[in-house]
Amino acid sequence: MTQYLIRRILISIPTLIAISIVIFTILALAPGDPLAEFAMNPAVPPEVRQRIRQSMGLDDPIPVRYVKWASSMLRGDFGYSFRSKSPVIDLIRQRLPTTLYVIGTAYLLSVLIAIPVGVLSAIRQYSIFDNIATTLAFIGFSLPTFVTGILFILIFSVKLGWLPMIYRTTIETEGLAGLWEKIKQALMPIMVLALFETAALARYTRAAMLETIHQDYVRTARAKGLSERAVILRHALRNALIPVVTIVALSIPGIFTGAVITEQIFRVPGMGSLLISAIRDNDTPVIMAITIIFSALVVLFNLIADILYGVLDPRIKYE
Amino acid sequence: MSEMTEQRRTAVPAQVGTREAVLLPQRKPRSLWSDAWRQFRHHRLAVAGSFVLIFMVLATLIGPFLWPIPWNHFDMAEALQGPSLEHPFGTTDLGHDIFARILWGGRISIAVGVVAMLVAVVLGTLIGAIAGYFGGILDSLLMRITDMFISIPSLPLLLLITYLFQDRMKAIFGIELGMFLLIVLVIGGLNWMPVARLVRASFLSLKQKEFVEAAHCIGVGTGGIIFRHILPNTLSPVIVAATLGVAQAIITESALSFLGLGFPPDIPTWGRMLYDGINWIEFAPWMVLFPGGAIFLTVLSINYVGDGLRDALDPRRMFAV
Amino acid sequence: MPEFVRKQDAIGATREEGTAMDEVRALESAARSGQLSRREVLKRAAALGLSAPVIASLLAACARGEATPTPAPAAQTPAARTPAAGASPTPAGGASPTAAPAGRRGEGGLVKLLWWQAPTILNPHFSQGTKDFDGSRIVLEPLADVNDKGELVPILAAEIPSVENGGVSKDAKTVTWKLKRDVKWSDGQPFTSKDVKFTYEFVIDEKAATTTMGNYQVIESVETPDDYTVVIHFKNPNPAWMNVFVGPYGMILPEHVLRDYMGEKARNAPFNLNPVGTGPYKVKEFRPGDVVVYEMNENYREPDKPYFAQVEMKGGGDATTAARAVLQTGEVDYAWNLQVEAQVLDQLEKTGVGVVEVIQGVNVERILVNMTDPRKEVDGERSKLGVPHPWQSDLKVRQAYALACRRDVIANTLYGRAGQATANILVAPERFVSKNTSWKFDLDEAARLLDEAGWTKGPDGVRQKDGVRMEIIYQTTVNPVRQKTQEIIKSAFEQLGIKVELKSIDASVFFSSDPGNPDTAAHFYADIEMFTNGPTSVYPVDYMISWYGKPDNIAQKANNWSGNNYERWQNDEYDKAYEQALVELDPQKQAELFIKMNDLVVNNVVVIPLVHRHSVSGRAKNLTGLELSRWTDETWNIANWRRSS
Repeated sequence: MTQYLIRRILISIPTLIAISIVIFTILALAPGDPLAEFAMNPAVPPEVRQRIRQSMGLDDPIPVRYVKWASSMLRGDFGYSFRSKSPVIDLIRQRLPTTLYVIGTAYLLSVLIAIPVGVLSAIRQYSIFDNIATTLAFIGFSLPTFVTGILFILIFSVKLGWLPMIYRTTIETEGLAGLWEKIKQALMPIMVLALFETAALARYTRAAMLETIHQDYVRTARAKGLSERAVILRHALRNALIPVVTIVALSIPGIFTGAVITEQIFRVPGMGSLLISAIRDNDTPVIMAITIIFSALVVLFNLIADILYGVLDPRIKYE
Repeated sequence: MSEMTEQRRTAVPAQVGTREAVLLPQRKPRSLWSDAWRQFRHHRLAVAGSFVLIFMVLATLIGPFLWPIPWNHFDMAEALQGPSLEHPFGTTDLGHDIFARILWGGRISIAVGVVAMLVAVVLGTLIGAIAGYFGGILDSLLMRITDMFISIPSLPLLLLITYLFQDRMKAIFGIELGMFLLIVLVIGGLNWMPVARLVRASFLSLKQKEFVEAAHCIGVGTGGIIFRHILPNTLSPVIVAATLGVAQAIITESALSFLGLGFPPDIPTWGRMLYDGINWIEFAPWMVLFPGGAIFLTVLSINYVGDGLRDALDPRRMFAV
Repeated sequence: MPEFVRKQDAIGATREEGTAMDEVRALESAARSGQLSRREVLKRAAALGLSAPVIASLLAACARGEATPTPAPAAQTPAARTPAAGASPTPAGGASPTAAPAGRRGEGGLVKLLWWQAPTILNPHFSQGTKDFDGSRIVLEPLADVNDKGELVPILAAEIPSVENGGVSKDAKTVTWKLKRDVKWSDGQPFTSKDVKFTYEFVIDEKAATTTMGNYQVIESVETPDDYTVVIHFKNPNPAWMNVFVGPYGMILPEHVLRDYMGEKARNAPFNLNPVGTGPYKVKEFRPGDVVVYEMNENYREPDKPYFAQVEMKGGGDATTAARAVLQTGEVDYAWNLQVEAQVLDQLEKTGVGVVEVIQGVNVERILVNMTDPRKEVDGERSKLGVPHPWQSDLKVRQAYALACRRDVIANTLYGRAGQATANILVAPERFVSKNTSWKFDLDEAARLLDEAGWTKGPDGVRQKDGVRMEIIYQTTVNPVRQKTQEIIKSAFEQLGIKVELKSIDASVFFSSDPGNPDTAAHFYADIEMFTNGPTSVYPVDYMISWYGKPDNIAQKANNWSGNNYERWQNDEYDKAYEQALVELDPQKQAELFIKMNDLVVNNVVVIPLVHRHSVSGRAKNLTGLELSRWTDETWNIANWRRSS
């Protein structure tokens, strides 16, 4: 296993390099212009626009730009954003806590809710509980987040006035009152995200559990006289977790870039909205920084998932 | 399938040719597929789901010919009216008839949803199966490619692909078909990764099982083992991914139109109708209710059909028929 | 206290008005404090020779006990009203931003603003959008700004230069600005003329690649004979002399902070993220793209201002939730640019928490008609000058197009308060607006024109001539209102027999200057396209260049599609008028030229103006003092914002 681990870690390096080259090339080739806002502005004549392009290094050939970027990245310098001229590292640092706090919590919540619900649904297949859970889950993921987001805003902000609809990172109130403020404003985005994620994860859990509880060894465990609880938790769940682990491992990196629409609606300044606005503005340094971090996380979590497979199902061996 | 065959054999009465056997009503020999079909039929929700699905597909195909109001007709005077006899689903803020638009847009939404999902599922299953079964370098390579696809930010990629291929596709296949193909390939091509990982995980676990060894012994080739023996047992998470995939594809299609990709903006796909209607949700909730409901119904029926399929193909779920 | 306030406002007056000004001030404060009866006020005001409107406002002040706007200086110097040579906007001889009633500095607490995007940089000379200007304007100030009436208002200047007071030379080649004294930067350093000269040098430096450079290239040199005087020499007689150091592009930078950051170093100056300015606020916290928090500038020259101690400018999200936040929940006090469907906005306003403010706009949403053929490729380019459009080069066809556009339906249903149907392409400033044009919607006449031009309906309902079918591509950006506009136009066009394919392109692609991308507005690889544009200055030559026909101004491959003339239209009469407008100093003739240019473009249906767009914002009911102006940032008057009781 350790050999496998070392091999995997070694392979990740060329993988990340390859990924960065592909992404950089796509960004360089994709249409769109960091200077789009000037096109309509008569005060910025073409020569000025051209000069600005040159100052951003946009006119260098792609391999040159890539090497420049890669060499500064290796030194830990993620460069300066085209848009804000502020160091990319600072932008990321500003957004990270919010991302973890809002989107991380939502995801954690969804895992904590989805797995028990999925298990219960499977054990009592087609019962009332299962049917309600299924229907709710389907509502949860057939409706895109912008619909559920607006619905929540209408109910909790407009009609009831309980929760604020704009997320503020600048709350100054100290102590308990301040904490309550922070919780209140995070509630709706967390609910919206958790709804969507829980729905999907619950379905996977349920399907996986249904597979497992019909297996022979589960029947054996019951026949042995084990309590239902032990049967489920100690025997069935382990194997059911394999697809669940796969999905969770795929989704965790998504915390950083996936909640774009929710972040937009509630104006949560997370990494997702930073990425999207960087993409819109063709702000290459920012996009590259975020996607590199993201791909490192993807590679890392897929590795963790692969190792967990081995733990959960001892029959899985890696050569 | 071989597990199923095993079970089948034990169900056949042992004494053939005895007097009792002659008096027993002869049953027609049954194929595995007809067994699956019967099993499916027993699953009430699956049958209901299939009916709903078939009904919706027919409605979107034939409906626009039967319904008197064209989907693109609008009359400002009739704007923002609630459901009525004349407009069963109400009207939009410009005065379009929502029912007509649901029927017309449904063609595209259902087609895109199902086909894009199929592209993602087929591609993901193939890659996951090969990676999981063969392991080693092939697995490593395929999984690193998967990692790469997951890491690529979809927006610039979509813009790039559209920019490179849109006109060419339109030229070869015609405007509508070209657009459709581009969209389903793009959506499918960006959503196969979870399926691949899921299928691979299942394969890693299943290929160690005894029935695989048994199949080897009786000389089943690699292809046979992968597709006829292991794969049917991996369907469970794949079906969940498929139902989620349809919902995602329908919504993603509308997201594409906001990037200026995909279908022209005046085509009322369900996702688009949701987006157009969201600002009116307090004042004209029917603009959101009906497209949302349509998506919900489609996804729900596909889910129950999938449930039925999985139960039908799962030998352990078989009850004496 | 009141007198002290008034003295500040009196800075706008000239020396001769000084004493009289003081008397008016005293009268006003007396009126306000209720010391005088209305009859007394009337008697004294008449004695001072004040004009009727001024007297009326003084009497109103009596009644309300509030201060009124002080147009007194303007009333007393009617001479200043006569447009000076080349001075197109009326320098309102010292009209100051509306004086707010006396309050204590900082008593208002926090005011929350909401923009679509938060500023990403706070140096306006590197701005990449309105938000950056609006965010910087809270901290930095220009010499003068332009109010909604188009009048120049002195900010850092002591008075507005004019021919009368000798500020503007008769040939409009030299302008002298006198600066306010006792103005300090937020770090305590004094503001002097060297800051103005430095700003010019900073902006004009090629290596800095500032975005406002274009405006300043008309300057020959800037001199500073003393600490409070700046003399600008232009290269040529310049009727648009007020385009420098005025408004969003004219904010003054501190020499003592930025002197080590010129040229290449300018981009990374810490100032860009934490500016030092003369304005009412300084930056407390800045998260680019998310929020800017400002706090009061203790060194601000008006000691009883600003009213609000802190300003929070947040960005992100969409227009509808912004509208909800200001109109339904009251979570923010001011929300910018609410581009929301008209009926939705009306409904939201009914909640009664906020109020919708409409700023008369200068922009027009218009359809451009391609004079060249977008389908024929010649030498690697389409829509090439010299390859005429198969049917759009025929005036009758273009007129038919114009008759098939339901401008009123579009304006009323889709824009509501935010727009009105228009026949003109130049809708501001007032004196340049043509009264000679009109529009109508008449499908029958349009059909008749098409028949006359030889385009008759074929068997499938699509017009054709000589085997060529009339099928067009109609492109614009991704935007729900625009998509609905497209639907409305398409429906009428198809009734006429013109087949329409709609295309919507992502805005950052559509407006990009990338020569390799065929979907840009400049490439115009379509038959008609639609977007919004308008003048950025009260002397709009930079806007009218869009139809100037000189070959290198036409967007073509040869100039990497950087030309301003997208329709590829050329007209000698227009070109002559444009060239004349660049140097014309007589205001009467100026108006004639601009009106003529507008009429030529409209009557030749080079464009089809659809909607004169206004800017719609939302504010809390009790937020006053905004003085929103269409010519400059919405935050320009933030020092005077306050809550009414």
